[in-house]
Amino acid sequence: MADEHAARTNIRVQLRPIAFIAVLLVLWSIGIRREPSHLLPGPWGVVGGIADLVRHGLLLKYVVASLFRVTWGFVLAVVLAIPLGLAVGWYRRAEMALNPILQILRPISPLAWIPIAILWFGVGDLAAIFLIFVGCFFPLMLTAINAVQSIPAVYVNAGRNFGLSSAALVYRVLYPAVVPNLIVGLRITLGIAWLVVVAAEMIAVSSGLGFLIIDARNAGNRYDLVLAGMLIIGVIGLLLDMGMRSLEKVKSFRWGYSED
Amino acid sequence: MSLTQPVSVPAAVTTKLSVEHVSMVFERDGKSTHVLNDINLEVGDGEFVCLLGPSGCGKSTLLNAMAGFLSPTTGEIKVSGEVVRKPDPRRIFVFQERGVFPWLTVEGNIGFGLSKLPRAEREQRIAHYVKMVGLEGFEKTYPQELSGGMKQRLEVARALAVNPDMLLLDEPFGALDSITRLIMRGELLRIWEAERKTIVFVTHDIDEAVQLADRVVVMSARPAIIQQIVNIDIAHPRDISSPRYLELRDGIFQQIGLAHKV
Repeated sequence: MADEHAARTNIRVQLRPIAFIAVLLVLWSIGIRREPSHLLPGPWGVVGGIADLVRHGLLLKYVVASLFRVTWGFVLAVVLAIPLGLAVGWYRRAEMALNPILQILRPISPLAWIPIAILWFGVGDLAAIFLIFVGCFFPLMLTAINAVQSIPAVYVNAGRNFGLSSAALVYRVLYPAVVPNLIVGLRITLGIAWLVVVAAEMIAVSSGLGFLIIDARNAGNRYDLVLAGMLIIGVIGLLLDMGMRSLEKVKSFRWGYSED
Repeated sequence: MSLTQPVSVPAAVTTKLSVEHVSMVFERDGKSTHVLNDINLEVGDGEFVCLLGPSGCGKSTLLNAMAGFLSPTTGEIKVSGEVVRKPDPRRIFVFQERGVFPWLTVEGNIGFGLSKLPRAEREQRIAHYVKMVGLEGFEKTYPQELSGGMKQRLEVARALAVNPDMLLLDEPFGALDSITRLIMRGELLRIWEAERKTIVFVTHDIDEAVQLADRVVVMSARPAIIQQIVNIDIAHPRDISSPRYLELRDGIFQQIGLAHKV
């Protein structure tokens, strides 16, 4: 009885965001019908836009193109920035030497690198991947540095007390101790990568979701396709974030998120 | 009758740990802080010694030096005749709180120092110490799901599992509520009587020291010297309202300069 009640409440809670989206869609259609200007296409127009993309075989092609660039840029940044950041964080002198330059490079928007990316790599995938790499590298490196520096001394001392060699100390204490902080950094950074790829594709390449948006506007003001592209970017961004979030639920990582 | 005992251990007991003319000065931001001043102490094999003193007096610093985490500015610390230069699994430090690894289960923590043992022996030892500290049924549990007292028992089990000669406990029950603290003292004495490790136990709680220790080393405020060493000549289990207990405890209260009235 109580279970049934709880289950019903639970379903109602889960339905809430769906209901809210439905209300927004209805308001949107009503608004468009009362004011049929060129402001925006209606929800059905956007659905039509997505159907158009599917029919021309562009939807999958553009999604794959964008994900391909994000994956390369992000993975390269992870592979280089995290080990480097962990090492720099561990050796205080390296951190003191590198910190000023990192602090200068960090607030530069990855988009400011666009001219340099094109100068170095020409117009194409490499330029886009480079921009994503730059956008991810600095935040990831700072995350890794902070993660090492916030390891409680107790864990390191306990590890040394049990006679661990330096290598064992790294993989049995330092690594597990930084994982929760790194996951937070990875999640934020993957979000940045997804933001940067759209901008990069507007300038540096002729495929992908960012290109779709700018191309739909340039080639005939197809705002239904613009909105379709935006919607797809949002949905994929959400899925990427959900994927990263699921890492936070792993039990041996989760301790970092408790209030203790 | 004098409460003061000589610094050395009784002749029949072999000396496990000796602290010889140890001083400690910390330099930070151009200021030097004199923490320990010419400390001399001997601890016998299997003895339970409490270092007692006001907060910030340097008793934890002394314990860290015994563990090999810090080097004395002058003087030497020897364990079984060997000079202490770095941490060693033969003497395990138990931290005040959060000393257990939160990314490992109860089993994983207790087995942390046993990775070199064959699997069967490791599992048998883990099971033995899980039982000894009363954590049966929690083998697969992560520390964040344990109470404060359970975490401290887990840390003691992790320390005992590597079969050290010596345990160095830094206010291990300081973060627990008073009821759990009392229970934990009983548990620690039970384990000590079963395993007969040498124990150096840092506390600022006079009752805790008199309940647990063979000898209580009373330290002064910074720069710390040993003011007095009190021999607690009461057999376990100790009656904490017996006249002798109260006499010893009040003696220490007076020594520290506290009026025993609230």
